[in-house]
Amino acid sequence: MTTLNVNVHHVTRVEGHGSIVVDVKNGEIKECRFEVVEAPRFFEAFVRGRPYSELSHITSRICGICAVGHATASLEATEKAMGVQLTEQATLLRKLMFHGEIIDSHILHTYYLVAPDFLGAGSVIPLIETHRDAVLLALRVKKLSGDLCAIIGGRHTHPCALTVGGFTHTPGERELREIQARLVDARADMDASVDLFASLPWPEFERETEYVSLHKDDEYAFIGGTVVTSDGFSYPIEDYKQVTNEECVPFSTAKWTHHNRDAYMVGALARLNNNHDQLHPRAQAAAAKLGLRPIVTNPFLNSAAQVVEMVHCVEDSIRIIDELLSRGVQPEAPAPFKVEATEAVGSCDVPRGILFHHYVYDEDGICTRANCIIPTNQNMANLNADMKVLLPQILDRPQDEVRHLLEMLVRAYDPCISCSAHCLKVEFV
Amino acid sequence: MDNGKPKVAFFDFACCEGCQLTVIDSLQTHLDLLDAIEIVQFREAMSEKGENYQIAFIEGSCTRQEDEERLHKIRDQADIVVALGACAHLGGINALKNLHPLEDVRKWVYGDKAAWYDTYPARPIGAVIEVDAFIPGCPIDREEFVRVVKALLLGTKPPIPDYPVCVECKLKENVCLFDLGKICLGPVTRAGCNAICPSYGAACEGCRGLIPNPNENAMKDVLAKAGLTVEEIMSRFTMFNTYQLQERMAEEE
Repeated sequence: MTTLNVNVHHVTRVEGHGSIVVDVKNGEIKECRFEVVEAPRFFEAFVRGRPYSELSHITSRICGICAVGHATASLEATEKAMGVQLTEQATLLRKLMFHGEIIDSHILHTYYLVAPDFLGAGSVIPLIETHRDAVLLALRVKKLSGDLCAIIGGRHTHPCALTVGGFTHTPGERELREIQARLVDARADMDASVDLFASLPWPEFERETEYVSLHKDDEYAFIGGTVVTSDGFSYPIEDYKQVTNEECVPFSTAKWTHHNRDAYMVGALARLNNNHDQLHPRAQAAAAKLGLRPIVTNPFLNSAAQVVEMVHCVEDSIRIIDELLSRGVQPEAPAPFKVEATEAVGSCDVPRGILFHHYVYDEDGICTRANCIIPTNQNMANLNADMKVLLPQILDRPQDEVRHLLEMLVRAYDPCISCSAHCLKVEFV
Repeated sequence: MDNGKPKVAFFDFACCEGCQLTVIDSLQTHLDLLDAIEIVQFREAMSEKGENYQIAFIEGSCTRQEDEERLHKIRDQADIVVALGACAHLGGINALKNLHPLEDVRKWVYGDKAAWYDTYPARPIGAVIEVDAFIPGCPIDREEFVRVVKALLLGTKPPIPDYPVCVECKLKENVCLFDLGKICLGPVTRAGCNAICPSYGAACEGCRGLIPNPNENAMKDVLAKAGLTVEEIMSRFTMFNTYQLQERMAEEE
């Protein structure tokens, strides 16, 4: 009978600290779970007392990878609370910068963190020798996405120029044209990426679950819209708690969530499952090539869905820049607003899935309560459910292979553990 | 096998890992760094794990007892310890929680389950172990990281400026944000970021820490002209420098 003891303390090539614990005695599974052991950071507690103008700058520091996503969700909340109406130009620039972050995060995950598993390496570094073209492609696209964010916000990690009402800086038309030319060139890199990832031997595993994402009627949703699930539910963003139902679990500094089932999944695969028809035609073609026909129920393919989203964001960025240039890009002051006692919820579908920021402000615009619900937390229950179904199917394999597959499963979720342990408030309002 | 290259390891504590991400991004333009050093441990980016290293870069703040044990272990192994970014260098954004009573902070976030989660006030790593060099910023500046690595390899002092952000801002010919009615911490904050925030129209938030000898009188004049008090600007300084301000207050008492 099988006896396995897998204890991966601090899984590598993920953002933050998490551990896999598996204990099998005589074929019976005693323990099988993913623990988040990241140090809690208590953002919701310490943003209390800070002025509205600082909130997006403080909360972007929850995560170095999805800093633009946190800043944008934070501004969505604050701007909704203060009744800000963004200009068309500012709205386009927010979307463009968000696309930059999606590409940046997905290229990091697919090439630097996931690809080594398939190419027999422990990291991207040995691949510089063995798969130099792929590494150079990744470096090139990573630089492009970082530069795209930088011309708009100053930098990708912790953007400077995002502010309530718009931006404190406007990119020049020449900068936009130059970056657009590089995006057009990147089509070849996208095609090569689709070919590469379509050729990988993805682990075979299916487990149907509920997929949760934002949805908009007129575009593939990343910023705002409504919350939808593949089980047919739909909620306004304000009702997010009906979806998330957070709870503490003793072995994790990340809280867990559930909705219609015991668990649900968020992220690129959930978005693709819910909003596939709104992807750019080139991205839909990429999805077909990668074998992604909704509903896709293999969680390992979340990384493949990220490749599809990179294609979409490259194409949509080219389109947005066309639109900006045809309108003419003008320096703009942030849109006006009135500070008053108020509250609101903002939501974005960031690289790892749907994210909520909920703030209450007093009459001076000082934050008195805050709640942030992070994609990685929402995926924790689902990841654990996957592990429990996957493990019995692979029990007869050597222990090293079991460990490796479980690590790959964790990595497929692209967990952002720093985010997850940014710390969430239990009771709100 | 020893290839003669200095062995380098990266570690992280309470942080967002944005500084390590910046290190990864520095490879876009400085892939040849890997010809000069061997990275033996970098959990965010690689599975290989070597415990034999001479230089340790540490991102993040110390916020729990178990962090101290890990920090001492790293200090025992490494010849050179470098604090990477504001969380390790200053305590940074994590230290904002030190402004609230600890029990309140834990209960606020985890409710009646607060006892499950260990934490204490956030500190820079220099409060726990001896630190040989630091790279300031939230996040670090990519080019400055490369400059510091070069200096460490040459055995020279890392070139971290001790003049204020204003110097770099003036060289870039930016319009002073005070003239635009904004409040900027540039006059007393350590330069080296190429004044990136003011260059993008945003006020300096002080993420690189106070310069060693801030010209407080000149700063007071600037603030007075802007109609501000020292207290008002100090409250802004808490965003990244709460730990330093609280230490200073404790010393004065």
